[in-house]
Amino acid sequence: MGNVGSIKSMLRRIGAPSLISGSIDDIQRARKLILPGVGAFDNGMKNISELGLLPVLNKQVLEKGTPILGICLGMQLLTEKSEEGGLPGLGWIEGRTVRFRFDARRKDLKIPHMGWNTVKVRKEGPLFAEMGDSPRFYFVHSYHVTCSRQEDVLGTTEHGYEFASAVSRTNIMGTQFHPEKSHRFGMALLRNFAEKI
Amino acid sequence: MKDGALVKTVKFKDPVYIGDPINTVRIFNELEVDELIFLDILSSKNQARPNFKVLTGIAEECFMPLCYGGGLRDLEDLFAVFNIGFEKVAINTYAAENPLFISRAAERFGSQSIIVSIDVKKNIGGKYEVMTLGATRNIKADPVEYALQVEKAGAGEILLTSIDREGTWSGFDLKLVKSVANAVHIPVIAHGGAGTVQHICEAAKQAGASAVALGSMVVFQNKGMGVLVNFPDESQLKKVLT
Repeated sequence: MGNVGSIKSMLRRIGAPSLISGSIDDIQRARKLILPGVGAFDNGMKNISELGLLPVLNKQVLEKGTPILGICLGMQLLTEKSEEGGLPGLGWIEGRTVRFRFDARRKDLKIPHMGWNTVKVRKEGPLFAEMGDSPRFYFVHSYHVTCSRQEDVLGTTEHGYEFASAVSRTNIMGTQFHPEKSHRFGMALLRNFAEKI
Repeated sequence: MKDGALVKTVKFKDPVYIGDPINTVRIFNELEVDELIFLDILSSKNQARPNFKVLTGIAEECFMPLCYGGGLRDLEDLFAVFNIGFEKVAINTYAAENPLFISRAAERFGSQSIIVSIDVKKNIGGKYEVMTLGATRNIKADPVEYALQVEKAGAGEILLTSIDREGTWSGFDLKLVKSVANAVHIPVIAHGGAGTVQHICEAAKQAGASAVALGSMVVFQNKGMGVLVNFPDESQLKKVLT
């Protein structure tokens, strides 16, 4: 679920040319990268490594400082590992991905977390610039990120408890929600990523 | 949707042409609606499979969550619809023909993505009855009992449509909505009859609807008037819903 096509459509709408690709050359030439995510953690990591992309991604992101935005599963892949699978993640954001865990008595709390919810922006930065104080976005996920370093938490959202719904560390960013499903808020975020970073 | 074009009916009859679905989606994008439900109203009657080409176009243009319903009777078709980029599917006729399908779909894709669509009409005696197949087949079921049945089968949400109110702008059938919303624990989307923001408030606050679906109100300028794709203003909605 989630649609790479929608991300491309939204980028086109805001005038940011984009290319959907899995090629090493394209990644090397890109000024910025977006890592969308659909499905399970291990599948995501397996696809990345099977395409031979780990070396070029590490080089572009960690050495060259190319800005990268992970979306939904893409944000989870930024972490060191996930309860959902056995493979290691990219490890660029210290922390892990865990499944939502609620008291059995809280029947109102559903997994997956699915629906519109607000993000509380926790630190200064260009990604959430000019969005007012309660930007809302669309979420669909059963797992969420826990950051080892508080300073990497860019935004939090409440679903039973507060969890990190956006992360950032220098050129590495991630959103748990789907900007491409969050109309004007998502568009503002992608515009900020395209123009302000 | 009918034959790839967007239409609006009244009491499930007399479809009026609204426009091209993809253009309409673009407008709803601007209007920032929360979620869109696309129903292909002839699929089951025509025993046709979903029009994947149109759905792909819609998914690529749509900047909010999407649900598709119409002629779904196959897990592979559900998989294809989700793959295109829809978040949810709505199943009507086949849910009544084969409730086990709902369980299997919920198991495979998660109940949060499976909406069961229940269309209800009042019979001559004033009793509510569930209809399927585009309101042509009376399955002789009480909506509350049927709703409980589909909830048990694994439905994540219920789209409850009053056939009698649909397209009339006269307000939701609050008695119907309340009876179902009180009986089940899953969210009930009230549908059929919305004409004003006040109606939305009634369905949500008085009848216990978790959500409302708007049809005529968002495609016509006003009752009996021409096509105008629109959406209530956010501040208006906030005022009546908080």
